[in-house]
Amino acid sequence: MSTIFDCRCGDKIGGLFPELDVPSQGVEQLIDPQLVRTRPPRLPDLSEPQVARHYTTLSKLNFGVDDGFYPLGSCTMKYNPKLNEDVASLPGFAGLHPRSDVARSQGALQLLFELTGFLRNIAGMADVSLQPVAGAHGEMSGMFLFKKYFEARGESNRKRILLPDTAHGTNPASAALAGFSVTEIPSDQVGMIDLKVLEEALDETVAGMMLTVPNTLGIFEANILQVTEKVHAAGGLCYFDGANLNSFLGQARPGDMGADVFHFNLHKTMSTPHGGGGPGAGPIAVSDLLSDYLPVPRIIQENGIYGLDWDHPDSMGSIHSFYGNFLVVVKAFAYILQLGDEGLRAVSENAVLNANYLQERLKRTYPLPYDGLCKHEFVLSGEGIADGITTLDIAKRLIDYGVHPPTVYFPLTVREALMIEPTETENKDTLDQFAEIMETIAAEAKKNPQLLHEAPRNAPVRRLDQTQAAKNPVLTYPFDEKPE
Amino acid sequence: MRYIPNTADDRREMLASIGVSSIEELFADISSSIKEKFQPLGLPARSELEVASMLGTMADRNKSADAVCMLGGGVYDHYVPSIVGHMLSRSEFSTAYTPYQPEISQGTLTAMFEFQTFVCELTGMEIANASMYDGATALAEAVLMAERIRKKGAVAVPRSLFTHLRRVLDTYCWATEIEIHEVPYAESGTVELTSLPEELSAIVIQTPNAFGVIEPLAGLKDRIGEALLIVSCHPLSLGLLQPPGVFDADIVVAEGQSLGLSMGYGGPLLGLFATRKEYLRQMPGRVSGRTVDADGKTGYTMAAQTREQHIRRQRATSNICTDSALCALAATIYLASAGSAGLRQVAELNLQKAHYLADGITAIDGYERAFSGAFFNEFVLTVPGDAAVIHDRLVQAGFAVEAPDDLRSVGLENALRLAVTEKRTREELDRLIQVLEGIR
Repeated sequence: MSTIFDCRCGDKIGGLFPELDVPSQGVEQLIDPQLVRTRPPRLPDLSEPQVARHYTTLSKLNFGVDDGFYPLGSCTMKYNPKLNEDVASLPGFAGLHPRSDVARSQGALQLLFELTGFLRNIAGMADVSLQPVAGAHGEMSGMFLFKKYFEARGESNRKRILLPDTAHGTNPASAALAGFSVTEIPSDQVGMIDLKVLEEALDETVAGMMLTVPNTLGIFEANILQVTEKVHAAGGLCYFDGANLNSFLGQARPGDMGADVFHFNLHKTMSTPHGGGGPGAGPIAVSDLLSDYLPVPRIIQENGIYGLDWDHPDSMGSIHSFYGNFLVVVKAFAYILQLGDEGLRAVSENAVLNANYLQERLKRTYPLPYDGLCKHEFVLSGEGIADGITTLDIAKRLIDYGVHPPTVYFPLTVREALMIEPTETENKDTLDQFAEIMETIAAEAKKNPQLLHEAPRNAPVRRLDQTQAAKNPVLTYPFDEKPE
Repeated sequence: MRYIPNTADDRREMLASIGVSSIEELFADISSSIKEKFQPLGLPARSELEVASMLGTMADRNKSADAVCMLGGGVYDHYVPSIVGHMLSRSEFSTAYTPYQPEISQGTLTAMFEFQTFVCELTGMEIANASMYDGATALAEAVLMAERIRKKGAVAVPRSLFTHLRRVLDTYCWATEIEIHEVPYAESGTVELTSLPEELSAIVIQTPNAFGVIEPLAGLKDRIGEALLIVSCHPLSLGLLQPPGVFDADIVVAEGQSLGLSMGYGGPLLGLFATRKEYLRQMPGRVSGRTVDADGKTGYTMAAQTREQHIRRQRATSNICTDSALCALAATIYLASAGSAGLRQVAELNLQKAHYLADGITAIDGYERAFSGAFFNEFVLTVPGDAAVIHDRLVQAGFAVEAPDDLRSVGLENALRLAVTEKRTREELDRLIQVLEGIR
């Protein structure tokens, strides 16, 4: 893959910026010559056509939701409406400085205020902060709220967070950031939290539990109300990871299941795109126990005038430079407005229908360790498909067929896991085609395993040497190396 | 539903194939006592046209976006070249997920590698990650990283740090129980490193600081002993200013908004994070590394992943997963478009225009720069009379200017902070000077 540094530089081209229109004073007169850069950064000097062609070429080496089926489990790779991009680039939003006078930012504040209300109702909880900018950032904020809450109650001895063994990796990492230690609760035979084990783990050192609902096996905890009741009875709080909200949107609310904190992934459920890894938005909803501790500033409205409220002495503080990822939440707001109640419900209905349909068909070919009704996703195993074939082989072979592989090797409780989330923006035809491809691959695995071991063949590169990347990391362009 | 392609016939066939008679049955596992409590938003479905129009009306209410922007304090009204938006809108970039499948993510991974290289070139450091959420969380993570390395439980932070950086740092340090020592500033506006506590994991320097004053970094590293030197800087200024790496900084962080991102009411932003090679295992965030494929062809993949949460879980260097990837791509395209010559030019435009305005204003009786230190594109003024009144007059005249209240927390009672970018014309700056002259 050639980089921008491999392009042949032209003359110093210029033309982006105008000539100076005020009298020039000579840089050395304005700042101490010792502060002035002696060696310029090695940025390429290129014409615009070269830059446009390079990044267009790079874009074609990527696979996005518009390119094809993207059943990446727990990531909710649904279609991203084009309107989202247009409204986020309106000059009144994109060109608004975060330190603008409140009186002259009323549209932005109104949007933040109204979206706060929408999300509060979708969660069925007391209050919302739009400040967290990613799912893990929301988790961390939730853990900081737990810490504040127990400090205020004089219960700083509560230092443990319980986590099911199916939890996302960000959960334990976020808990650790707030100084909590993590105790893992193994799942039972049907993939749910084992109530007996939970009871044994609960004591006065437990701050609370982090749950993903439905869990990362795509299973809705049958005992969710008992789980949250037990945690509450032991004096703990319940954190709900909202990565999987797509499965019950418009039908059920985490606040009615016993959540004290719930984070949204607006870049998943509310269709703002993922951007190749960000930016996202991870607003948190909280129960009334925790609303005093939410981040500042909070968005308020009095007599039709919107404002920023900093006056919350018990707040955990700020966790972002300004008000969160504003242009991302603009997209989520537009999406919710378009869908309305009916559309929000149709999202979960079709997401769950698609997942169950695909599960029903694929379980004939692939082991399904936890068989039963799934929600928006399900987890197959690649184990035993054929001798010497791994889930990685299956995933890479899917690339040859023009499909993005599912999430692989997660959750950790399923060997050779393939976690499949079709989303509601695919129709039956796409699902049928995917099922056929999966069946073909299973047949190939037995008859012609080389096709899988050597996959992908039909991709910009073949399998990459991860060991070399890890052992001898080359993380910047080697300018001093002679070009080949 | 516009975004749901299944037809009613599809749904019937699919239900039959699953062996259930209704969609409701698929939700039988959610207890009815939960479902009964459900309450809708009371929102009708709306057409794309209606929603576009509603949001257009809201956007138009943000009058500040129409004003001549003199606001700064970490986010600036810089020019975003057309090519940036056009490349970013390619859905292969914008709708992809984190590059977990490198064979079909070479676009993202190559751009990450370029971005890391650009960040190292700008800052003068050896390695960089592929982005953090914003400059504030990048600084907070730098402090946490320094604490992991030095374990002294304390960090020194200048009073002249941007307030938004300080607020976020306070939150992270409270949560991780790191003590903050505040370092005062001298009359020139630069930090005064006189009475530093002995046991520090790091000392933070921001340059240019909250007063716009450039901090001289020469010799600083030798004066702080074992503590790591963390520098928070303005990346555009590095087209002109000596990079922190030259002065032996250990970690360099920055808000990258000035590199091709719109202001967007403060988000999404872009955290830059660079450090020394020896600290790779302690660095937070994703990195792309060069390797070869099965045919020996060069390619890119995520590297040093054993630091990250999806592998290391509670022992990860950070919990970060989703970052600011598309914003990092914007910065990459910005820097590739500007080139070394363009970056130097835009930095000089900022410097020269800011000084033109400062000179023009300080020629008026009663207006003075609050600090004598050298500045880049932002400066603080002490003013005759009430700064709030002056602020209001400028706003009435069509300028967006920071309310003086915001400067109180850094100890400035009656002051104005003005930022000048390459977008400001001489005509606008002259008009601003005239408004101030007219107030007397």
